[in-house]
Order: sequence, then C-alpha cells, then structure tokens
Amino acid sequence: MADETFNLRLYVAGQTPKALRAFVNLRKICDEHLAGRYQIEVIDLLENPTLGRGDQILALPTLVRRLPEPIKKIIGDLSDTERVLVGLDLRPRKADSA
Amino acid sequence: MTHPATTRASLKKAPTGIAGLDEITQGGLPAGRPTLVCGGPGSGKTLLGISFLVNGATRFDEPGVLMSFEQSAEELAADVASLGYNLQSLIDQGLLVVDYVHVDRSEIEETGEYDLEGLFVRMELAVTSIGARRVLLDTIESLFGGLQNETILRSELRRLFRWLRERKLSAVVTGERGERTLTRHGLEEYVTDAVIQLDNRVYDQIATRRLRVVKYRGSDHGTNEYPFMIDRDGLSVLPVTSLALEHEAPSDRISSGLVSLDEMLGGQGFYRGSTVLVSGTAGTGKTTLAAHFADAACRRGERCLYFLFEESPKQMLRNMAAAGVDLQPWIVAGRLQFHADRPTSHGLEAHLALMHRAVEQFQPDVVVIDPVTNLLTIGSQIDVRAMLTRLIDYLKLRQTTVVLTSLTSVGSELQSTEAMISSIMDTWVLVSLEEAERRRHRWIYVLKSRGMAHSDEMREFWITGGGMDVSSSGVAESRGR
Repeated sequence: MADETFNLRLYVAGQTPKALRAFVNLRKICDEHLAGRYQIEVIDLLENPTLGRGDQILALPTLVRRLPEPIKKIIGDLSDTERVLVGLDLRPRKADSA
Repeated sequence: MTHPATTRASLKKAPTGIAGLDEITQGGLPAGRPTLVCGGPGSGKTLLGISFLVNGATRFDEPGVLMSFEQSAEELAADVASLGYNLQSLIDQGLLVVDYVHVDRSEIEETGEYDLEGLFVRMELAVTSIGARRVLLDTIESLFGGLQNETILRSELRRLFRWLRERKLSAVVTGERGERTLTRHGLEEYVTDAVIQLDNRVYDQIATRRLRVVKYRGSDHGTNEYPFMIDRDGLSVLPVTSLALEHEAPSDRISSGLVSLDEMLGGQGFYRGSTVLVSGTAGTGKTTLAAHFADAACRRGERCLYFLFEESPKQMLRNMAAAGVDLQPWIVAGRLQFHADRPTSHGLEAHLALMHRAVEQFQPDVVVIDPVTNLLTIGSQIDVRAMLTRLIDYLKLRQTTVVLTSLTSVGSELQSTEAMISSIMDTWVLVSLEEAERRRHRWIYVLKSRGMAHSDEMREFWITGGGMDVSSSGVAESRGR
C-alpha cells in the first residue's frame, strides 16, 4: 500500500469558491503525504453532467479515491485535513471515544 | 360561492389519472408545484407517486423523472410490474427517467463545506433529456440518514423545492410518517402547496387503506378520509361524491320483474336509479325476488351486475333454476355478471373499491347486492353506513337501479342495521313467512316507496317451479296448492 499510486477524482460544478478551496487543499495534502504517487482528475459536472450518475455523486465537491480499491468518497471542501487523511486510509480511524 | 369557482379556474392542475383522486382534488395535484405524500411504511406512497408519473407519461403527454433514494430502478420496476406498469418500456420510449440516488453514510467522509449541486445536476440532466413535466422524489428523507450535516441538508432542501417551482415541475415528494409531525424530518416545512396523507389501518384484523388530503392551497378539496386500494389495476380512491344530492331523479320506471309487485308500486315498478331494500327472514324468497329483477333487466336488454356475499354463483344459479328463474342464458349472453366474495376476505373499503371497480368495468344498468347484511358485519356501524352511502351515491349518479337484500333474524321486527340503512333506501319491500293452519304463508308488502302511490296491502305469494307468483290483489284467498 505504501507505494501504490492513488487515482483520485475530484468532482465539482463550476469554479465555485468551495471547488477551488477543495482543489487547493487536495493538492497540499497529496504533496505532503503522497508525493510522486498520485493522479488527480478534476471533473466538472457542468461540462460532463452524465458522469455524476456513475460515481453516485450527490454532494459537491466530492473526492473519489478510485485506486487503490476499495472506492472511497470524501465530500466537502477538504478543509479538515485529519478527516481527509482518514478518508483516504492514510491515517487509521480514531477509535470511538466511548 | 363565487370564490371557489375563481380559484378553481386560476389554479392549474396536473391530473393523477388515479381513479377517484382527481375527483377529490377537483382535477389533480397542483401543476408546476410540489405535493407532499406522507404515510407509514407500506402505505402506498411510492405507488401513488409512480402512478402519477406513469399516467402522466402515457395519458397526459407529460414525461416524468423518478429520483429514487431508496430502491434501485430494477427493484422499483419489479414492484410496480404487478400493477401492470412497464417502467422499462417507458424509459425506452423516452417518457421516463429513473435515477437511483444512493447514499451510504458509512462510505462517505465529510470534510468541510459542501452542497448538493451534484443532485441538482443529475435532476437537471434527467429533466431536460426527456422534457419532463413531472418529478417524483422518493423519498428524499433518506438523505438525512446519508449525510451528517443537517444544516446544509435543510438549506439544500429549501433550494431544491425552489428549483422545482422555478422549473414549474409538478412534483410528488414522499415522506415517512413522523411521531408527532406529518413526516419524520419535517418536509411539510418546505412543501406547503398540497399534502396528502396515506394510512394503512387494521380493523378487526382486516387492513384498510385510507387517503386524506390534509392541505391543498388555493383549491377546494374533499377533507374526509377516503378508502383506497392497490391491486392489479393500480391505485384507486373512492370519493364520497360531493354531488350526492345533485343527482338526476329519473321519472321513468322499470319493472321489478314481477307483475304483481309492479302493481303494488303504483302500477309501474321501481324508479330507474332508485335504491331498493328487500328484507326478510331466512328462506322468505329474497334472492328469488332479486333473481326476477335481474332476469327482467336482462330481458329488457340491460346489463345486470350481481354481487353475491353468501352463495357461490353456481349454487345460486342452480337454486334459482329450480325455482323457475333460469339466469344461465343471460350469463352466456354477457348481460349478467356475478361477483362472489366472502365478506371477510377484505376490509369494508376494499369491498367498496372492488364493487366500484366491477361497476366501472361491467357498466351495468342494474345492480343486486345479495345480501347486503353480510357486508354490515365487517365494520363499525358508522363505517358501514358511510360505505353504503358512498356506493349508493355513486350508483345513483350513474342512474343505476340497485336491489339490496337484507336478512332479518327471526323475532326482531327491524334489525338495527336495517334501521341504519333504510334512510338511504328509496323503496323498502318486506317479505315474511307466517305459519297458519299448518301451512307457511309468504307475504310481501311495500313498507315505503318514495315518490309514488304504493300499495299498502300485504299480498301472499308462492314460490313455484315457475318462479315467484304473487297474488294479484288484496289479501289472497287461499289457493289450492
């Protein structure tokens, strides 16, 4: 897993502030934690509306980790770095503090 | 009085095509606006919504979009196939788009601000791809389970309903019934134009479905609870017709099937479109009298629908043939149709709905319900009376003449059930047995008959191998038999 390439898709609808923030945040996280082994594909649903159905896109922005499997979905502007890392399986999920 | 008329004219409606619902709502759901349909699990919300789409596409030239948040397109198609709906065929014809929106909280990490623009993009795409005029969101409340940020969700829902209105889409939005609210997540806060509530209640172990229009802004609507049913022909709702007392009162008369009884009824028989109760104790000849009535109708070339709630059609035909009334040829000729059903096999509303549908399909001129008393045992008095009133109103509107037989138990002069329904009867004929001189005498008399000078005499009658034979006049002299 350590040297696997991450295939990431960022779904947005137009260049909204949220979309831009998400992209900036994503680049930063990837450069810090996945340097040299990630690909980001940005899909603008305003240009390709038909792609929303296949990946079950509802909320925007949505980051989909297509590889490595299993597929993971992270929604929001990715401003919560900790949760993004958990979502990408780069950091173990914290045990529920019961 | 002019107020309802003006609103009715200005408010455009999208007909649902669901039998009865368009009557209650005086034309359908608000066109270009969302309607909330709420109810518990299995209450028929989805089916109502799908009927709205399917009928829109096939009958009103309005293609539709189904955004399903709970079931996949395949599951939905299988569910409604039993109602005769072929979703795939509509999809192939470009009359329907089904988009399954699946959200699973466990698969999604939330990391900051988001909106539901993805859903809007999908809806926009679906709507524009076929020029949809109707939308079903079933049920959007699932999103509350899939997404954590309720603040975002609520503001997006508000935006969604605005979006639907701006595009002038006639939408059905389903919602799960809540504890104290109409819907669990308060969708009624967003959808304020029209609200329909569905209910599936169990009375005496028999489930009955009901529908109520809770709210319909800017339009008159029936406010009662209406029974509705779901079967192989889809959904149907039974309205208490608001025209109940506006029906035509035909002045032409039809024969009761017995010359002597016609004589007793002012010489001409029943009024067409009237309601006739024939009551008597067991074995007095009520069914025989009804059979004569049916036979006479068929002889006139009319159609008779005969509801049997006690005997099977075969048994009834055999008994009547033995009593000299051969109905078999009329069945063959397609003028007579039997509908036999056990009273306990359905709830009251379901019976009403089935009878309603049988009438719609067969288009009879006369109807017999034999015996109506068996139906009276399956619900509370108020419900039964309401049901019969609905049925009779409906038949009166169609100018259908109805004969209902009623079994009176020995000893009680008038059953409470009869007293209960007698006020909605136009004519009440009693048949009775009396023992005298070691012989049973059968008597017939007309207790009441609105709008005619009817006989007040009791006539004796005999059931012979040639049918019912009523003495021609006066208290009969003994006939050597």
